[in-house]
Amino acid sequence: MLRRPVGILQARAWRDRLPPLGTIGSLVALVAACIFFTARTGRFLTGANLSLVLQQVMVVGVIAIGQTLVILTAGIDLSCGAVMALGGIVMTKLAVQHGLPVPAAVASGIGVAVLFGLVNGLLVSAIRLPPFIVTLGTWNIAFAITQLYSSAQTVTQLPPAMTALGRTFRVGGTSVVYGALVMLLLYAITWFALRETAAGRHVYAIGNNPEATRLAGIDTNRLLVGVYALAGALYGVAALLLVARTGVGDPNAGQTENLDSITAVVLGGTSLFGGRGMVIGSLVGALIVGVFRNGLTLMGVSSVYQILITGVLVILAVAADQLSRRDPSR
Amino acid sequence: MTTAATTATPILQARGLVKRYGHVTALAGTDFDLRPGEILAVIGDNGAGKSSLIRALSGALIPDAGEILLEGRPVHFRTPVDARRAGIETVYQDLAIAPAMSIAENLFLGREPRRGGVAGRLLRMLDRERMLRESAAHLAELRIGIASMSQPVETLSGGQRQAVAVARSAAFARHVVIMDEPTAALGVKESGMVLDLIRRVRDRGLSVVLISHDMPHVFELADRIHIARLGRRVAVVRPGAVSMSDAVAVMTGALHPEALPDGEPR
Repeated sequence: MLRRPVGILQARAWRDRLPPLGTIGSLVALVAACIFFTARTGRFLTGANLSLVLQQVMVVGVIAIGQTLVILTAGIDLSCGAVMALGGIVMTKLAVQHGLPVPAAVASGIGVAVLFGLVNGLLVSAIRLPPFIVTLGTWNIAFAITQLYSSAQTVTQLPPAMTALGRTFRVGGTSVVYGALVMLLLYAITWFALRETAAGRHVYAIGNNPEATRLAGIDTNRLLVGVYALAGALYGVAALLLVARTGVGDPNAGQTENLDSITAVVLGGTSLFGGRGMVIGSLVGALIVGVFRNGLTLMGVSSVYQILITGVLVILAVAADQLSRRDPSR
Repeated sequence: MTTAATTATPILQARGLVKRYGHVTALAGTDFDLRPGEILAVIGDNGAGKSSLIRALSGALIPDAGEILLEGRPVHFRTPVDARRAGIETVYQDLAIAPAMSIAENLFLGREPRRGGVAGRLLRMLDRERMLRESAAHLAELRIGIASMSQPVETLSGGQRQAVAVARSAAFARHVVIMDEPTAALGVKESGMVLDLIRRVRDRGLSVVLISHDMPHVFELADRIHIARLGRRVAVVRPGAVSMSDAVAVMTGALHPEALPDGEPR
């Protein structure tokens, strides 16, 4: 008979219900970062500043949802920032220079981002190219198309409807941007779908063991194309949020978003090796990235050092993930 | 071994299966017969075509020629899913499980039940309760002692993981369970548990195809032994009637199958 001492099994069943250690660890890190910056600068813990952090986080936060989905399948998406920039240019240019109604322009921008996701997904699944190389390629392609299509010019004088999500409402003493609600809603929907639906569980399964997932009768190619396309749609939404926040279509946007989103996902406890993690963790991770950037700016640290610190942060997070998953019994 | 099983028509048959890869012949017109309710071991040296045969029977390989019959009717499997739909489940050597996912999720991977009502139809919610309940029932039926179905599979020992893989196949197979080297990665004690488990699967009325390199296990467990050599079936023997060394000698070509006392040479 296959039996283990009953006590151990019960302890495990109880532990199963807690969120994984990585998620708790990232929450602790977020609180620690907030305490640190509050101690170092009086301007950190103010309503106006936290409102600013939220505005900065909403863009990378939405990208991090797409990045989480891709990383859960044991992939990676380096094209996210460039695809977002392209989506932003397409929607602003169509609205301003071609006079398209805002909903149609926004839909077109998101549609272009989905198209890039479809291309990524098809190359990764049907042709089995490594996601790293595929998205490195599409990153550059999207960047070049953005520059060509916009003639490297910023698109300004957007119709007010396009920046509606950048407006704020007041909660207590703090103004909260509407886009942040969009971000939270998207996190809630993704969390639910990943946890409670078969398709969500299959995303985890494919990251755990793609061959087993295929043998279980799941169309893994279709699933991968779906994940990359959905990620593309999310980058399109992030483009809308960025446009709403900045009030312009910027062809040079999205330069730091790929590393920032990967950092957010890994800080949130999702394994780069796929199949483990929670999308809510990526929200915490995005907040950590946002708080760091904001806090360092308040402390007067130049942006070059912020980039340096982000690089160190992502390596530390991946190292922690790697070490914590090393099984001592093996 | 029941007498009924020896006389009944085969549940799964193959006639003249051929598979070539370029100028390499993996299957050179092999036959195969699995009787209802038996454990048939398939043995053969490397390159004898045993894994190609198993892959053809489980739908993972499409043969160039020959036919496969399930309950006497021809079947054409193009994917493992076709074979599963026909009631043939396979336990793969590398286990085909998702380690970070729970036992219940692994058992129901690809056939997750949905909740009833709006939650299931509109929100497409999984029926977790049912997955946990039925997983526990399936494992209990095979007397596998694991308490928590929400436990990730990676927290289990090698033998327990194998037990979960076997239970998944047994739970969904209607006719045949194919097991590829089920004890290869296990210690002595855990191997013994898995062998018991395979017997219980047969005792539930399923027919079992067992691929193994481990001759003592094969001779302990099998009702009949199919010996493959050079892409063909060269003999089918009974463990009681043939010595282990003779079976190995036929497998390697050192002994002609006609020389076996109770061979059914082809």
